Amino acid sequence: MNPEFAIISEWIEPGSRVLDLGCGDGTLLKYLQEKNQVQGYGLELEVGNVAACLQKGVNAIQTDLNLGLAEFSDQQFDYVLMTQALQVMKRPDLLLAEMLRLGRRSIVTFPNFGHWSIRLQLLLGGRMPRTRNLPAQWYDTKNIHLCTLKDFENLCAERQLRILRRSVTDARHRDSLAARTCPNLSARLGLYMLAKPE
Amino acid sequence: MNSGFPPDSVGLVAARTLSFDAPLALDCGRSLDRYDLVIETYGELNAARDNAVLICHALSGDHHAAGYHSAEDRKPGWWDSCIGPGKPIDTRRFFVVSLNNLGGCSGSTGPGSLRPDGSGHWGPDFPILTVRDWVRSQQALMQALEIEQWAAVIGGSLGGMQALQWSIDYPDKLRHCVAIAAAPRLSTQNIAFNEVARQAILSDPEFHGGRYAEQGTVPARGLMLARMLGHITYLSDNAMDDKFGRELISGAPQFTFEPEFQVESYLRYQGTSFIERFDANTYLLMTKALDYFDPAREFDGDLARAFAGTRARFLLIAFTRDWRFSPQRSRELMRALMQAGRPVSYACIDSPLGHDDFLVPVPDYLAVFGQYMQAIAQECGQ
Repeated sequence: MNPEFAIISEWIEPGSRVLDLGCGDGTLLKYLQEKNQVQGYGLELEVGNVAACLQKGVNAIQTDLNLGLAEFSDQQFDYVLMTQALQVMKRPDLLLAEMLRLGRRSIVTFPNFGHWSIRLQLLLGGRMPRTRNLPAQWYDTKNIHLCTLKDFENLCAERQLRILRRSVTDARHRDSLAARTCPNLSARLGLYMLAKPE
Repeated sequence: MNSGFPPDSVGLVAARTLSFDAPLALDCGRSLDRYDLVIETYGELNAARDNAVLICHALSGDHHAAGYHSAEDRKPGWWDSCIGPGKPIDTRRFFVVSLNNLGGCSGSTGPGSLRPDGSGHWGPDFPILTVRDWVRSQQALMQALEIEQWAAVIGGSLGGMQALQWSIDYPDKLRHCVAIAAAPRLSTQNIAFNEVARQAILSDPEFHGGRYAEQGTVPARGLMLARMLGHITYLSDNAMDDKFGRELISGAPQFTFEPEFQVESYLRYQGTSFIERFDANTYLLMTKALDYFDPAREFDGDLARAFAGTRARFLLIAFTRDWRFSPQRSRELMRALMQAGRPVSYACIDSPLGHDDFLVPVPDYLAVFGQYMQAIAQECGQ
């Protein structure tokens, strides 16, 4: 299982109500249904992914997240998740706020664009960085709002989103010493649990 | 068995009639002491008797949902695109039950039937039915077939409304509810269209207050107009443009009221062919059942509360170009179910036709519907 999903599963209380934004083929929700007995719904744009969710017994609602989530009512969920989709959104900041309107907690993961290998590519190669996680070219990438851990944490501070938990992991999703001491340089991925101010 | 028919067809099928003599109480306060329901079934009921699905038909549908009645049949049943071996409602895995609703005109008891007291046809005296009444009669059918619980109740348009009503009225009697191109209730505009259709029939001089059978006549013009109006709402603006365009049949204006544009002959064809197979009193009843459908009404208009007691899982499918029951109407259902904490999935299929798309084998539609049905089949070990 994807180590990222394992961490999310550890963070989530059993039996929770979960909304997964950009749920893809439903792998995470299926895992959380089995492991945490969550009652989950996924929002997903691609009809093929919706079909894949249905085949797994995962509830999927075909939705364009970029059109906003205004139709969904407040505080229906314990957790609102978004794994590695923040960077493809038109307005990630607005979506982060919406997530905490719909749910008590939000969990967000995204690729850290401050990772040393990315910095080196730009510094030494002089070209837009590409990685295994982010293989697209600058001109055809869906990832229009990449950020570093620092950027993300600054945004949270600015918008008064409380960071309840953070997990910064290296390439193998291990909690290495480097990841803990210099997260913005050494973490491939940021995982955050957020809440509204108390 | 399947000789001469497409390999993914259920092949030759035959209808049968079930007679019920326990009185059926109706929402209008009257009751039917005895009635017949005509059904077709496809596939085999498994030993556990848990792979049965019920198909509910729309406004002008009937029990003949799939397959052919004879080798010479030109057209298969109305939902042959979705029912058959390897199709979303896979007849190798499911036992499919399809009926003609009460009040219909394809063999089930309706306005065209003879009254049990021997006083002629029911005609306009046939009780006005609701979706709940249909569901109640379908539950009697379920008992007659000795089925404890449907694996799924499935329908499109008005059929989808019946599936939704099932989930509310008999929560333990179905595991899945599939409502396609449906709505939680008609919009005012929908009711307005229905009223014009009814007026077309009611004002036809051949209607004779609904007793046209006694007069040996048929309100053909009214029924034809009603159907033509309906067909306008089944297609999107774009689809009509793509299908028929504005080309004049003879190339130049003829300055007559004969059909000059293709869409005119299309509507006339749809209207006239409808007269041969449909009954005006039934059409009136069906539109009335649509107008009355509103499961939230008993819950102060709160749809989420209407669904709170349901036990089924839900699949809702809408079509982008459907303006009769637009995707927004399915999303209303989705939101209410989500609010009620019920398991629901929703897909919006990008397809050109409009409301009629639910009858058409659009690939994304078949994929979504098929995957969902496959998961159901696995649950019942099929």
